[in-house]
Parts: sequence; structure tokens; C-alpha cells
Amino acid sequence: MAKGKIVAGCLAPHPPHLVYAENPPQNEPVAEGGWEQLRWGYERLRASLAHLEYDAIVLLSPHWQTYVGTHFLGLDHFKGLSVDPIFPNLFRYHYDMNVDVGLATAIHDEAEAAGLPVKMMENPDFRVDYGTITTGHLFNPDWDKPLVVISSNRSTAYYSVEVMQEIMIELGKATRKAIEASGKRVVVLASNSLSHRHFTTESDVPEDMSKEHITSHAMHLWDMRMIEYMRSGQAQRILDEMPEFTEQAIAESDGGGLSWLLSTLDVPKYPAILHGYGTIIGTGNAVVEWPCHAHEVSEA
Amino acid sequence: MSGGEVVASFVVPVHPHTVLTPDRNAGWRRLRDAFDEAAQTIRELEADLIIIYSTTWPSIIGHQIQADPNPEWVMVDHDFHDLGSIPYSFNIDAEFAHAWDEANQKRGLQSRCVNYKGFPIDVGSVVALTLLNPDNRIPAVIVSSNMYANRSETTVLAKSCLDVVEAQGRRAVAVTAMSLSNRMFTDFIAPEDDKIHSLKDDEWNQKILEFLGQGRLEDVGQLSRTIHQQIRVQKVVAFKPMWWLSAMNGNRNDLTGRIMAYEAIHGAGCAVVHIDPASSGVGDKEYDEDDVEYYHGERDVLDTVDDNADETEATTPLLEVETNAAESGPTLWEPTDAEGSVNTAAAPKPVGAYPHARRVGNMLFLSGVGPRQPGTNAIPGGPIHDGDGEPLPYDIKAQTHAVVNNVKRIVEEAGATMENVVDVTTFLVDMKRDFQGYNEVWAETLGKVGPTRTTLAIDALPTPIAVEMKVIVHMPE
Repeated sequence: MAKGKIVAGCLAPHPPHLVYAENPPQNEPVAEGGWEQLRWGYERLRASLAHLEYDAIVLLSPHWQTYVGTHFLGLDHFKGLSVDPIFPNLFRYHYDMNVDVGLATAIHDEAEAAGLPVKMMENPDFRVDYGTITTGHLFNPDWDKPLVVISSNRSTAYYSVEVMQEIMIELGKATRKAIEASGKRVVVLASNSLSHRHFTTESDVPEDMSKEHITSHAMHLWDMRMIEYMRSGQAQRILDEMPEFTEQAIAESDGGGLSWLLSTLDVPKYPAILHGYGTIIGTGNAVVEWPCHAHEVSEA
Repeated sequence: MSGGEVVASFVVPVHPHTVLTPDRNAGWRRLRDAFDEAAQTIRELEADLIIIYSTTWPSIIGHQIQADPNPEWVMVDHDFHDLGSIPYSFNIDAEFAHAWDEANQKRGLQSRCVNYKGFPIDVGSVVALTLLNPDNRIPAVIVSSNMYANRSETTVLAKSCLDVVEAQGRRAVAVTAMSLSNRMFTDFIAPEDDKIHSLKDDEWNQKILEFLGQGRLEDVGQLSRTIHQQIRVQKVVAFKPMWWLSAMNGNRNDLTGRIMAYEAIHGAGCAVVHIDPASSGVGDKEYDEDDVEYYHGERDVLDTVDDNADETEATTPLLEVETNAAESGPTLWEPTDAEGSVNTAAAPKPVGAYPHARRVGNMLFLSGVGPRQPGTNAIPGGPIHDGDGEPLPYDIKAQTHAVVNNVKRIVEEAGATMENVVDVTTFLVDMKRDFQGYNEVWAETLGKVGPTRTTLAIDALPTPIAVEMKVIVHMPE
């Protein structure tokens, strides 16, 4: 069996507004558009990866929040209705997705061997979180690839960003090891925003872009700082500054997705591609690709 | 109908163990037995409404209230999915939900109802309603826990709820679905090994329960931030359910409390507590945080002052929108203080020798009130002309909003509310241009109160403003 590989890693945020604005048939609400900078960013990401063959998508979602260990979807198929409890007016999505249980189990087992508390989620009534659904749709609207879905362990809340990052770096190593052992070609996605201070009001027309902007200059500066590190191949600096970034930008990196992604990619030193940046109810969001496939020699 | 009341309050835990696997641990069984006893108490009290404030339903955009009359689904916990599933079909009082939503907005809160098939009712609410109202006999209402809400906002949320309880004459039970200490073990444990996560958590829990057992609910509310710092993981901001529950009980410390059970669920401190509104005869408040009736906090962060400006106005630099009228306007005076005068630093200073308002008997007469801001003297929406008398673009809606806010501050300083305003005379300097915008703001604000109104066109006002109101108030008893 050939060694498995990660063909791309992406920061792929999940605000339900983006799906709402796309008006896919699976989503009940109807929009007049909006947040085009980010939606077009996702278009560019999809186009950038269109030529790649891959077998599965591995995704870590901050909206499947687990306080006891890291969990993995453990059944072949999930179908249901996902309603965002915060923005139910925007997101009521009928999902139908397949899971690569074999790969999920392999990552689970590697993580367990590394000493992390882990659990497979095998309750057929379980409702998949809207973060997973949103990123899953935007990255692959055809839903023609199986997913591995990993929960967000809330160790930041229990301990600190530093401890969270230690756990996520271990989880990332286990993820990479399991993927390589699987012989599969895989895309890994961290489904999180950057700065994450919301507006506390919503305009009458949610997609009214005249109301959309970053909540504060400080948030903008932090987002740009992190993006510049991505664009210049300085992933290690992102990890180094993660505690300050997470605290000061109230960043959604508190869920561990970005740290896990960078660890899974072995802390890349090559530049990432920024496909789009925009704000959603004031939070900062970037669609970013680390084109691992183009750096296989240097990574070998 | 009127004269409703909160006939009982309960603190209950949020975890699914008490529903799905109570017999796997003796402590979980005791919690379940306490739930069952609480349900029996609610039935005996002949309550006709259960109000749930749930910490496991966070919200961002204001306060969300469940308004689906019959939400049905199957709930599976994100962490404890291996314990099983909880199918639910609840009886929600949609009429109360909508009335509460309206009451919230009257008190300045951002609020909305949610009524969507498949909406994921949170685990705390599912557990509470499943066990406290097993036959769905009593209609219920559920409100979210806003991530950004502070004490004053959460207190006002309770007061608006009480407005509706009283208006509808309901016999309500108030429930907070919450943990005490909320730190769980971060690894998997056998049920028989369950215990409170740490001695520190246990000691704080015991202290909270001692207060609650003595009926000192407001004290617990005012210790909320400290409790949060000491024994809470940052899942939601502060120990805010106690703010809500205390306000639902009149912010009292002489209630009658009873601890029905206190146990651990996966390390978290879980209690079933019954709060009876009957006075226990112990003392009242020991702390003195301000009471609050109306939420004045900043939530309209999306709004811009030239929101509805025409194309010409939209080109006006924002810096020009708020201008200090005092730079070119008349001299400002300290308000006079003849007998019955009502003055406040929260209203703009007069431009002559007169008070903000004056009370005669049970009537209050306000001097003409414009949009100038207290302290800065700035004019929201911009002045109507510059120092040379050259016309400037301005926003009549922003000015009118500011006038209403100034009126409100003076009325409240006098001890009344906007509900007591009975007559208003409005002066506009450009009826043709401004009547529509002014009229829209009126409909959103004073129009909902219902005073009589006269609107006059006049040539000018002393400062460069477009609108002024003369208000008469019938003071409450």
C-alpha cells in the first residue's frame, strides 16, 4: 500500500451566513446574496483544488464542542436537518453526508495511543453540528467525498490556550500518522474564524453589506498579522503567538482547529494561499490553502 | 387579568444523566429523585407556566425565546451521546413567548422569538422540561443565555418576563438550568468514581447552597462574578442565571430555600434547589448593587447616524454628523430650581433660565426638549446649519430619537416612565422635509405609548436643531 498523504490543508470558516447567501437547495431560508468576498474565496479554493484527486476530507469543527475528550463521528452515514441555534433565521440545512469511519477510527486509535482521551460517536440520532455542515458544504457542495469529523475539545476553557495547543499538536501528529498509514489522499480542514468578536445586533436584512465590517481596528490588525504569517510561510510564528492572538482577538482558534491543522501539516514553512478574507457579523474570516501537493519534495 | 406571580423557583442541573442513566450512580439517582419531587411540587402549586433560563442555549444576537408551540425532535448530547437519546415533544406557550419578546423590547433589550421546525432545543432545557413537566400538562417557555449580557441586561430580562407574568395573571415557576461549579473531568470516568472535581469547587458549592438554603438569592446573584472566577469554566459569561433568578424573585434575600439534592455529575456541581417566595423572616439585602428597570446598554452597533440619508447626505463626512452646538449657539444655563423643579445631568443644559421639568400636583410639565446630548452638547444626526447659517444635511430620524431619549431621561428622573406621558407638542422647522422621518420614529417610540400629539411647523429654534418636543406627564401614584 502506498503511503497516504495530505494533499492540501485549509482554513475553512463556517459562519452559516455564507451558506445562507449561496441559496443552495438544502437550505430553507432565502437570501439576496452577501459576503461575496468570502464566498468567492471559497470558489477560488475549490478551483485551486479541482485538479487534485483525494479520497476523504478530515474536518475539525469548533461547534461540536466536547468537554470530555476528543470525539469522532463513527457511523457511515448521517442525514438530517441542521438548525443553527444562534442564527436559525439563516441556517436550516438538510444534510446528507458520508463518513470515512475507517480513517476516523484510525485517527482515533493513533490519538489514543498518544495518550489523548478519545471516543467514537456511534449514536444514530446524533445531529451533526452546523459548523461541520457549513464548512462541508462550502468546501464540497456536491458532498461526494466522505468526511472524518473531529470534535473541538474545549481544553482552552479548562486550562489555557497553551495546554489546548499542546493537545492539538499531539492530535495533529496522530492525524498525520493515521493518514499516512491509511494509504489515502486526504484534505484537512480547520473550520474556524480568526477574530471572533460579534456584533450583538443584526440588521433587518442580514445580508445588508452596508452594515458589515470588522468590530474593531485591533481585530483587523490581529487578523492581518496572522494572515501575513500564513502568506509568508511562518506557521511556527502563528503557533508561537496563538495564546496572545486567541485572547486579544477573542479568536475562534480557542477551539484548537488552527493549531491542529498546522500540526497536521507538520508546521509548514511554505507560503499559504489566501483565497479570501471578509467579516461576518463583525468576525474576521479567511479562506486559506496550504498547497501541500506542490511542496511534496521539500516536505519529504 | 392581572396579579400574576412567581409561585416557586428551582435550580436544576443540565446533564442528561438524570434522564438517561440515573441508576448508574447513587448521586445521580438522588438528583433524579429530587427532580421528581420538584415536579410533584410544581403540580401541587397548580402552576400554569414553567419558565426556563438555560445556560446551555447561548445566544449572540440578543435574547432568543422559543415560540414553537410544539417543538419535537430527538436530543443527543455532544459529550454524553453514548448514554442514549432523549426524544422530546414539548408544550410551549407561544403567546407568552411573543408577549415576553415585546416586553423585552419595551425595556430596551434586543430580543426575538424563534419558531422553526427542527430547532435544536438545548440539553439543559430538554432535561428540565422532561423531568419537571413529564406529562407536558403545564405550558413552558425557554429563553437563551446571551453571551454578552451583563447583570443589568439579565436583570431587565427578568423584569420584562415579570411584566408579562403579571399582565397575564400567571402562576409561574422560574427555573434556571445550570451547574454550580461547572468543571467536569476532562477524561472518561466510571460512574461509580464520580465526585466533585476539587475540594475548592465543593467548598464554594457548599457556600452557595448555604446561601440558597437561607433564601439569600440576591446575595448569590451579587456574588455571581466572584463565583464565576472561582469555580466556573468560561462556557458562558459569569454566573448569570442567578442574576435572572434573583430578579424573578424581586431581588430578595428573605426567601425560603431548600436544598433538595447536591451531587456530582462527571465532576460538575449539580443541585436541585427549591426557592419558595414566602419570606423566611431572615434579613434582607447585604449588598447594594444598583437595581435597574431599563436596559440602556449599547446594542445598536450596526447603526450609522446617516443611515437613511439621501445621496447628498451620504457624502457628508461622519465627523460632521455630530457637532457641538454650543460652538455657535446660545449660552447654556444651569437649570433653575423653583419648587417642584425636576432637573438632571442626564439631559442637555437649558438655553435659558428654566428647569428641565416642573411638577404640579400629579402632573409634570417638561420644558421644550431637543436632541442635544448632555455633556457634549452634540446633535445626533447633525445640526441643520453651520455657524454662518449655511444649511447642512442632517438626519431627522437620529434627531428625533435623541429627543425621545432626552425626554425619557427627564421623565425617569421625576420618577415616572414613558408610559405616563399623556400629551406631546412637537415643533419642526421643516415640516415638508422632516415630517415623515419624525413620524416613523414617533411610531416606534412614543406612538407605542399613546399620548395625544400636536405637530407644528415653526420658523426656527434657538439651537441648530430640527425638532423639539413639549411634553406633559401624568405622574404615577
